[in-house]
Amino acid sequence: MDFVNAIILLLNYIFVPALAYGSQLALGAIFVTLIYGILRFANFATGDMMSFGTMFVILFTFYFQSVGISFGVLPTALLAIPFGIIFMVGYMLIVDKLVFKYYRINKSPPVQLAMVSIGVMFVTQAVVRIIIGPSDRRFFDGEKFLIKAGEFKEMTGLNEGLAIKSTQVITIIVTLILVSTLFWFLNKTKTGKSMRAYSDNEDLALLSGIDPKKIVMITWVIAGILATIGGALYGLDKSFKPFTYFNNMLPIFAAAIVGGIGNPFGAFLGGYVIAFSEILLTYAYRKFFMYVLPESMEPDGLIQLLSTDYKFAVSFSILVIVLLYRPSGIFKGKVL
Amino acid sequence: MRKNLNVIAAYSIMMGLIILVGIFQSWNIALSIFNLCLISAVMTMGANIQWGYAGLINFGIMGFTALGGLAAVLISVDPVQEAWSAGGFNIILSLFLIIAMVLAVRYILKNYKKSKNRTYIVAAIIILGIVIIRFISEPGIEAIEGVNPAKTGFLGGLGLPIIFSWVVGAFFAGGLAFVIGKVALGLRADYLAIATLLISEIVIAIIKHEDWLTRGVKNVIGLKRPAPYEVNLQQTDWFISLVEKFNSSKLNLITDLTERQATLNQLVIEGSSVFVKLCYSGLFLIVVVILLILTQKALYSPWGRMMRAIRDNEEAANAMGKNVVKQHLLIFVLGSAIVGIAGAMLVTQDGLFTPGSYRPLRYTFLIWVMVIIGGSGNNFGAILGGFVVWFLWIEAAPIGLYLVNLTTAGLDDTHFLKVHLIESVPYFRFLMMGVGLLVIMRYRPKGILPEKIEIK
Repeated sequence: MDFVNAIILLLNYIFVPALAYGSQLALGAIFVTLIYGILRFANFATGDMMSFGTMFVILFTFYFQSVGISFGVLPTALLAIPFGIIFMVGYMLIVDKLVFKYYRINKSPPVQLAMVSIGVMFVTQAVVRIIIGPSDRRFFDGEKFLIKAGEFKEMTGLNEGLAIKSTQVITIIVTLILVSTLFWFLNKTKTGKSMRAYSDNEDLALLSGIDPKKIVMITWVIAGILATIGGALYGLDKSFKPFTYFNNMLPIFAAAIVGGIGNPFGAFLGGYVIAFSEILLTYAYRKFFMYVLPESMEPDGLIQLLSTDYKFAVSFSILVIVLLYRPSGIFKGKVL
Repeated sequence: MRKNLNVIAAYSIMMGLIILVGIFQSWNIALSIFNLCLISAVMTMGANIQWGYAGLINFGIMGFTALGGLAAVLISVDPVQEAWSAGGFNIILSLFLIIAMVLAVRYILKNYKKSKNRTYIVAAIIILGIVIIRFISEPGIEAIEGVNPAKTGFLGGLGLPIIFSWVVGAFFAGGLAFVIGKVALGLRADYLAIATLLISEIVIAIIKHEDWLTRGVKNVIGLKRPAPYEVNLQQTDWFISLVEKFNSSKLNLITDLTERQATLNQLVIEGSSVFVKLCYSGLFLIVVVILLILTQKALYSPWGRMMRAIRDNEEAANAMGKNVVKQHLLIFVLGSAIVGIAGAMLVTQDGLFTPGSYRPLRYTFLIWVMVIIGGSGNNFGAILGGFVVWFLWIEAAPIGLYLVNLTTAGLDDTHFLKVHLIESVPYFRFLMMGVGLLVIMRYRPKGILPEKIEIK
């Protein structure tokens, strides 16, 4: 029985939250990786673009709530996401036309594009803060828990409860659907294949008659979908604050590089690698050992490898180690 | 003279703007803008050496700034004797253990050939070392943080004048840069950017959470000053008579004695803070001028030519027998050290150390905006960038407010759009920076004062 309790404990505090957080990171990481693979620059505006999309999702959610539209037990925000995506994609295409296109046509070095993306970051940040303000916003409604800790305890008669938030389940399901659609698109459709060809070798792709304008546009559309959904899911699960979104850029970058930048599948797994290592290394295992070990051997301390303050530092350290020993990432992205 | 006309013009305009702020807002604001402009200028010089001279991207400026600030704390704060006796021994022991661990790893890496066994042994040493160090340091840290936590709760510093920390800050930052450079400089440009950005976040995380060393988010306040205190100045005779002399025409107009005294007191209070700021300006100006002379000399020396050669064509420079790796490391350390000086200067000026305030937007990306807008590769340009961008950063709110009032003049004062816009005026600075950066990158990619290479 104690052993089952220990497993439930780990599921409740490590596995489920890490899976949800990892999914959110994975969406962002695929966004970074697509931009890097096809448009060939590190997009420092990632976090702010995500907050831009989320902002529109929130505004539409508030609008729907005010006119009385709801999605039953599911959060209204899910209805608002498509509208958010439309605005997001529109914004991205405008930014691309006004800013990035010039450098792409001139074949500027990637560093210059990265610098330009910092300009876009500043502008996006300003726009988000001017429209919705810098404060913390919650826009979740509907049923909060799928399984409540108390109910679970009653049901199974265990000491440990397992609480599963509906946002966590939504996050994981939406991510799986989205990512599998994306991989199907990239691997099976003609457009997807031409995108990968363009990413692998631009000149060859152009020679075989692939239209670069179309590829770039589709990339931005997919990026917009990923950014909006990733941002909205993160906001639903936690809360929306422009500053946190900016900071999330860092673990997202870490996930993309750990997985091998330019490789969407690597980025997808990288998100989970980062999320799990962050939570595994900063969790206090005391209770776990209390269940597993006999009473005489119970630990005194918290049995915590690193204090939770170093959560971000963990993922960055992993990234640095990966960069040093396997610069192309775990799953072989572009060789640096 | 003629060829430097644009430099002179740009700097005169900048000075004119600051003087205008002095006249229309107050000299206090003008001087605090000027001081921070000078500090920003030091930072941009550091970034410019790395980016402009050598083409290295360093997005870790925030980390080096914070290390400089840490130096200011560790140098100037008086040592906390109680804390040292409570946990000093454990901390010093751990320090020695860390050094021993690093030496052991180095020894193994040097003397044994690469093999699986070597990797395992190195990993074992590191893991074992960390466990032992945690075991030893934990009670020490707890004891130190337990000593009067509301006031101290940390080891304190050396109790030396804070000016020394400017040099020490440079060494701290340079030391960190050496380590980062050793491991990360082999990466391609944009990966180096990401790696340094993340490493600087790790540095901040450590500074924030190692309370025994830095007091963490509890902040260190009331640091020593290299300049006199306002309160003391207001009571010294020579200062009062100086203020009287400066304002004699204004004071002579007032005939009533008590009223004259009251005005004088007011002037002395204002004058004292202006005087203190002037002291700082003088100190900072000395640093900026010294650094400028050194960097200019370096830029036009054979070494500077070599750096530009490496920047423009690494392979060719390598083929000519220049050690690219070594030079990159050197310039990375030098540039970061200069940023470290700026970090120490910043904390000196504020008189407090707040680890929570180090954010990448303000201390990394804004500095980069300064370098790009000012003109990378040109020291005068980089300094000008520091001035222009910091000036706009501060004055963006008033300018934004003016613009909002102008564009919404037709609307009622309580109209929701106007109220909302006026509330969000502080964020116009982001917009201004972003648009400024984009416009400069597009239409004047070399910055306001572009790099000029003269071949004689």
